[in-house]
Amino acid sequence: MDEALLRSLTPGVLGVLVRCGADFAAAEDAVQDALVEAVRAWPADPPRDPKGWLVTVAWRRFLDATRADAARRRREDRVDEEPVPGPVPAVDDTLQLYFLCAHPSLTPSSAVALTLRAVGGLTTRQIAQAYLVPEATMAQRISRAKRTVSGVRFDQPGDAATVLRVLYLVFNEGYSGDVDLAAEAIRLTRQLAAAIDHPEVAGLLALMLLHHARCSARTAPDGSLVPLAEQDRGRWDTAAIAEGVEILQAALARDRLGEFQAQAAIAALHADAPAAEETDWVQIVEWYDELARLTDSPVVRLNRAVAVCEADGPRAGLAALVALDDSLPRHAAVAAYLHERDGDLATAARLYAEAAHKAPNLAERDHLTRQAARLNARRCP
Amino acid sequence: MAKYLLLKHYRGAPAAVNDVPMDQWTPEEISAHMQYMQDFATRLEGTGEFVDGQALAPEGTFVRYDGAGRPPVTDGPFAETKDLIAGWMVIDVDGYERAVELAGELSAAPGAGGRPIHEWLELRPFLTAPPTITE
Repeated sequence: MDEALLRSLTPGVLGVLVRCGADFAAAEDAVQDALVEAVRAWPADPPRDPKGWLVTVAWRRFLDATRADAARRRREDRVDEEPVPGPVPAVDDTLQLYFLCAHPSLTPSSAVALTLRAVGGLTTRQIAQAYLVPEATMAQRISRAKRTVSGVRFDQPGDAATVLRVLYLVFNEGYSGDVDLAAEAIRLTRQLAAAIDHPEVAGLLALMLLHHARCSARTAPDGSLVPLAEQDRGRWDTAAIAEGVEILQAALARDRLGEFQAQAAIAALHADAPAAEETDWVQIVEWYDELARLTDSPVVRLNRAVAVCEADGPRAGLAALVALDDSLPRHAAVAAYLHERDGDLATAARLYAEAAHKAPNLAERDHLTRQAARLNARRCP
Repeated sequence: MAKYLLLKHYRGAPAAVNDVPMDQWTPEEISAHMQYMQDFATRLEGTGEFVDGQALAPEGTFVRYDGAGRPPVTDGPFAETKDLIAGWMVIDVDGYERAVELAGELSAAPGAGGRPIHEWLELRPFLTAPPTITE
């Protein structure tokens, strides 16, 4: 049973149903039913044309459900013809589905859930596990999202930026149930990149690949965070890095820079350094300048201060920090690092403890507490 | 079976025996503590007694309704509030004695100097559904 194949067919099947007149919410339910049926039936009796099989079964499910409603809704006339699964513009259907699931009328959490289910073909249960909510809660979130977008016409072009934000969220947030959300985000972004010619889609795909390449080096066996400079670079996935760099270079050559390409360029420069001390920090600062110009984000300027410290020394880094509001997330952690590099261990230890107090997650809190402890132990052994 | 909430306090519980803030420990002591907590949860999963565990950020806000058409009032955190929850673990065990035993083990997690923290944990039984047979 090839689950990857099954899930890669999902958006195309759903697209066929919707283009043939099924409303989105009912079509999505029908496709989920068909996927469940495929998992049951395919091992014993694999179909010759998997997509055609799924379209046929999903359409039948859709008809059954609609006929059950039809007496009340009087919509029989819409559903008397079966669609032909033959040569269809699968790519366009897939693309429309991405736009629909990331529609601006949806909240980010709804768009994420709907994308994972309708485009990714994950079950409600898998999505619920990934976000640590009860299955019934996730089921409600998804069906509300489907209702919200059910009036949206399927033929309007969407905005790629909204889709990219959703995929970025899938990559960056969530827990591991039995689904690797980062890998799923990469799969969905790769599929999107195949359907649309857009340098920022390529930029996001490169960014994900370059970060995912470091994934196994990022945590120690005891679960604690390993900072970039201390990671065992031998454990980085060189194939993923090579692919990310290649995709990024092709995107940059188009000369339509965006924030994901700039972020990917920074990740590529880190990936390119055989050892932390060989990192090209001068170029990284230049990319942060580009990124600051593109986004005007104080978070970018905060990260830039670290790069400036590495390129021009801790005093320059601290100077870059001066203009920034100290209520910014992770400001205390950055300030602690810069003061440590500047040799002021007492201030650094105090700021690390403060940063741990404000940390947004347990792994960071533990890491920052350890940093404070390390400096305190060195100061008063 | 009976469900119990094990509450850990940032503030509000009596002082622990080995009461040293974590940033004054050595990094190795911190690692040993984390490992102990992780092993404890893993072991309870193995015995079928673990339900849930979460940590809370040390800061929060009080919120109350302020009348129709008005946004809710927010305030705090109040310095005078005695109690501040740091996190919880929910366990589902055979009874009170087992719950006390487990809370005691959790309180023995190593701290400064590698010695047990002897931290006070609060044990609160859940109010559950009434039984079917009552007489």
